[in-house]
Amino acid sequence: MSESIHIHPGSTAHDAVHDDHHHGHHEQSFISKYIFSQDHKTIGKQFLITGIIWAIIGGLFSVLFRLQLGYPDQSFPILETFFGHWAEGGTIKPEFYYALVTMHGTVLVFFVLTAGLSGTFANLLIPLQVGARDMASPFMNMLSYWFFFMASIVMIASLFIHTGPASGGWTVYPPLSALGQASEGSKLGMDLWIVAMALFVVSSLLGGLNYIATILNMRTKGMSMTRLPLTIWALFFTAVLGVLSFPVLFSGLLLLLFDRNLGTSFYLSDIVVGTDILPNEGGSAILFQHLFWFLGHPEVYIILLPAMGMVSEILSVNARKPIFGYMAMLGSLFAIAILAFLVWAHHMFVTGLNPFLGSVFVLLTLLIAVPSAIKVFNWLTTLWRGNIRLFPSTLFAIGFVSLFISGGLTGIFLGNSTIDIHLHDTMFVVAHFHIVMGVASMFGMFAGVYHWFPKMFGRYLNSTLGYIHFWVTMIGSYLIFWPMHYEGLAGMPRRYLDKSIWKSFNQFGDLDKMITVVSIIVFAVQLMFVFNFFYSIFKGRKVTTTNPWGANTLEWTTPINPGHGNWTGEIPEVHRWAYDYGKDGREFIPQTEPVGANESKH
Amino acid sequence: MEIVSDQQRKRIHPHKFTLWVAIASILMMFAGLTSAFIVKSNLTGWKDIDMPKVFWYSTAVILVSSVTVQAALRSFRQREMRQYRSLIGVTLVLGILFVILQWFGFKSLWDQNVKFTGSAGAGQFLYVIFGLHAIHVIGGIITLLVMFLKAFFGKVKLYSSVPVEVLATYWHFVDILWIYLLLFFIVIG
Ligand code: HEM
Ligand SMILES: [Cu+2]
Repeated sequence: MSESIHIHPGSTAHDAVHDDHHHGHHEQSFISKYIFSQDHKTIGKQFLITGIIWAIIGGLFSVLFRLQLGYPDQSFPILETFFGHWAEGGTIKPEFYYALVTMHGTVLVFFVLTAGLSGTFANLLIPLQVGARDMASPFMNMLSYWFFFMASIVMIASLFIHTGPASGGWTVYPPLSALGQASEGSKLGMDLWIVAMALFVVSSLLGGLNYIATILNMRTKGMSMTRLPLTIWALFFTAVLGVLSFPVLFSGLLLLLFDRNLGTSFYLSDIVVGTDILPNEGGSAILFQHLFWFLGHPEVYIILLPAMGMVSEILSVNARKPIFGYMAMLGSLFAIAILAFLVWAHHMFVTGLNPFLGSVFVLLTLLIAVPSAIKVFNWLTTLWRGNIRLFPSTLFAIGFVSLFISGGLTGIFLGNSTIDIHLHDTMFVVAHFHIVMGVASMFGMFAGVYHWFPKMFGRYLNSTLGYIHFWVTMIGSYLIFWPMHYEGLAGMPRRYLDKSIWKSFNQFGDLDKMITVVSIIVFAVQLMFVFNFFYSIFKGRKVTTTNPWGANTLEWTTPINPGHGNWTGEIPEVHRWAYDYGKDGREFIPQTEPVGANESKH
Repeated sequence: MEIVSDQQRKRIHPHKFTLWVAIASILMMFAGLTSAFIVKSNLTGWKDIDMPKVFWYSTAVILVSSVTVQAALRSFRQREMRQYRSLIGVTLVLGILFVILQWFGFKSLWDQNVKFTGSAGAGQFLYVIFGLHAIHVIGGIITLLVMFLKAFFGKVKLYSSVPVEVLATYWHFVDILWIYLLLFFIVIG
């Protein structure tokens, strides 16, 4: 209803009328304001809260299976309470363990760190920071959320069916995932997984199209591309990656659906299940891996880039210094986005990939280290000799940098195909991607939530709880994931519930117990954060100024609780980049301030 | 009423731009499928097919419909609404005809014993790829239908040609995509 009318003076009629509704001040009903809202800010909050709910579910799964991993021969009545016949007598069955790992991965990768992260911040920040009333198409934007919601419903439903949810790992490789007779989790649960993911892809595409169109077409006057805050650039590349790679996943899943239900042989060939010889011939399971990882690798950057963008912004604001090397930051984002499409086969070094081809992928993979190092260097130099304000948001941003360094270094191990022969499918890989992607992006998200909470809800999060949240999570994450490198180097495989038949892994018994205990503590602290979040929405300290952090970007020129349309008067004009901090003796100069006559150049 | 800076006016309309990005996205989906086709066609157990004749008729139909949709856009711009309405109607009919012909194409393949089950081959890919293309055409048909009904019964007078342009571009896109896919199957398959 309340879309804006865009008047373009002097333009021809045909591109002028954006929408024929008048933007009036009608009373909005509860439903159109909070449920089927087309306001990008509300949609962002919907993504965030749905993401939080998913994070609790996905996180809980990991705590529960960690319990069994840490204490393999004990039984926990609580497990039977939660999972019924899948954990009879209080011990998780191996098949069900795999289902839990699968759902943990799927939920965290897609529903939390993709939808919850870019869904939230792209929606919230793009119109606010480029200076637009809303997205290019608020309606599509609303659909994007509701497709995500439907995907969530289908995925949740799969948890409650008799044969249980999908259980082939988050990468759902065939033939396991293609044959219902192969395992319980390859029955209905797998079909629901595919349907949920298809809905999810639609949601991502609707969102991504909008983000791109908004960034390129709806910027306010003076907001040239090189004046955009780095958050927007990062969200832009994220959207481009998504729009170009999710369709390929969709293709791959479509073929999988055909193989499962119609008897085609895209991925299946020469298979014997029990005593049954299947008629499928000429299919190739490796083909699925190519299609999957063509999305899968860009996907990890879809998760990481928004965090990188927000961290750049938050570090600069709270170090009260301009971001170091804005153009280099841009260039490295661009390089990462390009390279993301050219390295997928590094997940497939041990599939019998031609070694020569493998070496090309090694080279391209290791090249990613260059833009990554540039970014790390620039974050550190931004902090260097700044007047750092250690808010929880700053701490989480710094924590992000630390985690990104640690996890990036282990990536270099894995990127060498020869070393990967040893490390592939071990706990080393689990350690690598949790640190560099899982925890790091979570940190980026936390940084963003602490920083933009005042904009979202007009109140502050409690800082004391914030500091506890940070320190426990930071120390806890390293305690959980660092030791996994050693396990992996020793050859301990990932995705196994019970490793007791390997005598050599018995040495890790205590380590695994420690990891489990720490995971429980860290999970509890996340619940504390969730409490802080919801409590502060209603009872938090109120924001009294429009620009509480003294930041330059446009979202802080809107009213404390902006309505639909964001600015009450005209959209402000932009005169400078977003990073004039500590310039000419002034702490910060907002983007809306015209450049003075005697101002120094940056 | 809100005024959006006049900077925007030289830029392409956001909806048109969105369409172009969507086209890139759809292309990636078909690129995924056709490259899967190439990879697989080199494996053992691959079966080729004879392309049914019907697909040539459907090609002719969709080519003509591209012309009519372009003509519809032209008459809209010249505000000849009666002509616009009938041209949209013709395009709509041609679009439906195209999908029906595709159906017959599938049927004649099926009758040649190219089925889903059993060993891999160009046929299974053809069903998936052409089927997915047909779904995109159906998406266009639904839009055409909406525009057609609006032109007849809509209470609001239509001035902006953006929706018509978006529709026409999309329609040309599914047309060109079809030509590409057909050639792909003939040359590679
Ligand atoms: C210099 C940078 C990096 C290099 C060279 C690198 C290399 C690799 C390689 C070779 C693998 C495959 C290991 C195997 O399965 O044997 C891998 C796995 C993985 N990487 Fe990285 N990586 C880098 C950075 C990142 C970043 C920044 C992210 C995410 C934001 C990431 C996320 C992942 C994930 C999720 C997996 C595991 C997927 C799975 O099998 O479940 N990596 N990495
Ligand atoms: Cu990768």
